[in-house]
Amino acid sequence: MEMPIPRAGILAKKARLVEMLQAVLPAGAVVHDPVETQAYECDALTAYKCPPLAAVLPSSTEEVAAVLRICHDENVPVVPRGSGTSLAGGALPTADSVVLGVARLNQVLETDYDNRFIRVQTGRTNLSVSGAVEERDFFYAPDPSSQLACAIAGNIAMNSGGAHCLKYGVTTNNLLGVTMVQMDGTVVEIGGAHLDAGGLDLLGLVCGSEGQLGVVTEATLRILRKPEGARPVLIGFDSNEVAGVCVSDIIKAGILPVAIEFMDRPCIRATEAFVGAGYPDCEALLIVEVEGSLAEIDEQLGLIKEIARAHDPVELRESQSAEESEKIWLGRKSAFGAMGRINDYMCLDGTIPVSSLPFVLKRIGEMSGKYGLDVANVFHAGDGNMHPLILYDANKPGDLELCEEFGAEVLKLCVEVGGCLTGEHGVGIEKRDLMNVQFSTDDLEAQFWIKDVFDPGWLLNPAKVFPLESTRSRRAA
Amino acid sequence: MTLKSESELAQFVADTMDPLVIRGGGTRPVGPPMVGDVLSLGGLSGIELYEPGALTLVAKSGTPLAEVEAALAAQGQRLAFEPMDHRGLLGTQGTPTIGGVVATNVSGPRRVQSGACRDYLLGVRFVDGAGSIIKNGGRVMKNVTGYDLVKLMAGSYGTLGVLSEVSLKVLPQVETAASLMIHGLSDGHAIKALSGALGSPYEISGASHIGGGPGGAPVTFIRLEGFENSVSYRLGRLQDMLKTYGEVEAESNPETVAAQWRAIRDVEVFHDDPRDVWRLSVKPSDAPGLVARMPAGCSAVYDWGGGLIWVACAPGMDLRAGLGDFAGHATLIRASAATRARISVFHPEPAPIRAITAGLRAKFDPRGILNPGLMG
Repeated sequence: MEMPIPRAGILAKKARLVEMLQAVLPAGAVVHDPVETQAYECDALTAYKCPPLAAVLPSSTEEVAAVLRICHDENVPVVPRGSGTSLAGGALPTADSVVLGVARLNQVLETDYDNRFIRVQTGRTNLSVSGAVEERDFFYAPDPSSQLACAIAGNIAMNSGGAHCLKYGVTTNNLLGVTMVQMDGTVVEIGGAHLDAGGLDLLGLVCGSEGQLGVVTEATLRILRKPEGARPVLIGFDSNEVAGVCVSDIIKAGILPVAIEFMDRPCIRATEAFVGAGYPDCEALLIVEVEGSLAEIDEQLGLIKEIARAHDPVELRESQSAEESEKIWLGRKSAFGAMGRINDYMCLDGTIPVSSLPFVLKRIGEMSGKYGLDVANVFHAGDGNMHPLILYDANKPGDLELCEEFGAEVLKLCVEVGGCLTGEHGVGIEKRDLMNVQFSTDDLEAQFWIKDVFDPGWLLNPAKVFPLESTRSRRAA
Repeated sequence: MTLKSESELAQFVADTMDPLVIRGGGTRPVGPPMVGDVLSLGGLSGIELYEPGALTLVAKSGTPLAEVEAALAAQGQRLAFEPMDHRGLLGTQGTPTIGGVVATNVSGPRRVQSGACRDYLLGVRFVDGAGSIIKNGGRVMKNVTGYDLVKLMAGSYGTLGVLSEVSLKVLPQVETAASLMIHGLSDGHAIKALSGALGSPYEISGASHIGGGPGGAPVTFIRLEGFENSVSYRLGRLQDMLKTYGEVEAESNPETVAAQWRAIRDVEVFHDDPRDVWRLSVKPSDAPGLVARMPAGCSAVYDWGGGLIWVACAPGMDLRAGLGDFAGHATLIRASAATRARISVFHPEPAPIRAITAGLRAKFDPRGILNPGLMG
C-alpha cells in the first residue's frame, strides 16, 4: 500500500512539536516514546502498520482545538482516532503524523428524554450510549458489530450502520448535531436538538467524511424508546438464490422487519463450531427479526413464516425465549470472530441492489474457484450490504496480494450491478484506489472541493478515501 | 428555457452568461425575489427505475410528484417522508416535481418518526455551476463511498447544482391509520402529551397541536399506522396512557384520518389567512415558551411533537428579530416580495458556518449563477 513519503522536516522537529503539545495538554496526554506509539500503528485492518510521530489524548474540545492549532501552524498531518476498530484502515497513521485519540472524551453531557436525545463526548463507545439511557428503556439505534468497542467519533466518521438499520437507518439518520473542531482550531456547532438544517446540510456532509473535515468532539444523538419486545426467526434454505427471493418477497409484502441477516454454509459451519448457536447445517440461513407487542410480533412473524414456507425452507424456527433469541444473535455477531479462528480473512463491504443478490453470490463463488481462496458470506440482506469474507494465509507469501486482487474484483462487480464499494465500513486506505471505478474525475473533483473548503491544507487524515495520485498536487500545496 | 436531457442541461449551464432561476414545478417559491432566466426542469421527466422488492425508485428531477406517488401506490408503496404540498399555503399553481421536493428537502408530519426527505435520498445526479455533470450516492440503501454530497444537495435549493436525477428509498404503504385527538389542551400541556406519546413504545407517526384560532378550540393530534390489529392495540394503550390529559377521542375512518393529516401537512389552517407565515425548527420542549414570547397577533400551530412551529404574524413583521436568540432556526415562508427582499428568508448563520457555506458555493457555482442570493 503506497503511503505519502513522510516529510523529513516534520520528523526532524519531533522534539519541539512534542514540547508544544505537552504545553497545552495535561501530563501523560502526549505519547511520543517509539515503544508506546506502536500502540497506535494500526486499526483493525492489521495488514498495514505505521507508528505515528506522536499520539495525543485530549480531554476537552478546547484541548482538541489547541492541538489542531499547533499542528495546523506547524503543517503537521493529524490522524483522528476513535477506538481503532476500522476495518478499512481509516485510522492508519503516517510516520510524520500526530494521532489524535478521543478515548478520554467519554462523558455523557446531557440526557433529555422529553426531547429524545443524548449529548455525549465522542470517545464514548456505541454500546455505552445505549447503556446510559437503558434505565428508562431507551436506546441508540445504530448497532455496528463492534459496538462494544467502537467510539461514536468513529461511527460519525464512517457513518456506521449495523444489523438493525433496515428499520432505524444508519448514523446519519440518527445524528442531530455535532461540535466539531476544524483543522485550524476553529470550533463550529452544526445542528443541535432540533430537526433539519437551517441552511446547507453540513451535518450530512460531515457524517461519513472519514475524519477528513474536522474532529468531532461532541454529538447530539437521537434516542428511541425500546419496543415492547423483539423476536427473530431462523429460516434455512438449500439454495442462496431461493433465500434471496424470500428476502425480496418479505419486503414486497409490506412487512418491515428490523433486520434481515444472511449467512452462507461456510459461515454457518464456522459459527457453529465457535459458539454453538444451534444453527441448522444448510446452504443459506436468514435471521429475520420483528418488533412490537407480543400480538404484533406474532402477526408479523406469522406473515413472514407464510412467505418462507412458500419457498420450501429446510428449517423454519421461531425463537421461543429471550435466551434463544440471544443465542441466535450471538451466532450472527460472532461470525467475524468465528472466521478469524479458521484463518486470516479480509472482510469486504460492498452494497448491491437486493435484486442482484443471487447473481452476485454466484459470481463470487466462481471467483473463489479462480483465485483458489475460500469465501464465507454473512451480511445485511434487507439492504443489500454484503460482507464476503475472503480467507487467506498471512504467512504465505503472495496470499494477501491475491486476496486483495480477489476483493477488488468483487467490489468492481458490486459497482457494475449498480451498487457501491462500501456500505458501512468506509473507504479508508483499503478501497481508495478503487474510487475511480465508481466515480468519474468530475465526481471526485466535487468531493475534493469539500475537502478544500474544510481543510485547505489537506492535513486531516491524510492518504485516505481518494486515490493518492489524484490528490497529490493538493496535498503538496 | 426548457431542456430535454441532462447533457442539454449541462451544455446550457456551461454556455450561459446570465443568472438562472431554477424551477421544478414552480410551486414552492421560497426565498427573496429572484432575477434571471427561468430554467425549467419540466422537460427532464420520467421514472427510470423502480424495484419494489429493493424499495428503490430512480426518477428524472422534473418528474411530477404525482406520477411518482401513483407508481408507488400501484405497488402498495409510498414516500415515507410525506412531502408537503405548498400550493395551498403559497397560493401557487403548477405541478410539484420530485426534484423540487428534494431541492427543498420537504417533509411532512411523518418526519418525526421516519425521517426527512434527505434521509430517503439515496443518490443524485446534478449539473454544477460550471456545467459539469456530477453524480453522488447511488441506488442502494447503504453507501458510505466518499463524501455524502447527497445530503448536501437535499435542501440546497438549487444553489449548488441543478438536479437532473434523484434516487429514493421508498417504503411499504401501511394497512391502516388512525388518529387520536385531545381537545382543549394548552400549548404546554399539548407538547408534554406529545412528548410522552413519542417517548412511548407505540410508534406514533404524527404528533401535532393546532392551537385555538378565532372560533376554534385547540386540538392535539396523534397518528398511528400499521397492521390493523397492531394499530388498534397501540391506540388502546395510548388512550390509557394519555387519559390524565382529558378525554382521548379516536378516529379510524380512513378518509377522515387522511384529510386530518393532509391538513396538518399542508398547514391548511393558514391557507386563507392574509398574514405572513414563518416556519421554525426548534427543540420540542422549547416550543411553547417561544410561542408565548411572540408578539400579540401571532398564531402558531405545532408539528413534529413541537419541533416544527408554523407561525402566522402581521405582514412585514420580522418575527426572527422579535424573538431574539433561540436554539434552532426560523425561515420566512410566505410574505410579500418587498418583505422577502427586506428580511432574510433563511436564518442567518454564525461566522464560521457562513464561511464554510460561502466556500462551498464558490466551488460548486464559481460564477454565482445558480439561484444567486436565494439562501443568502
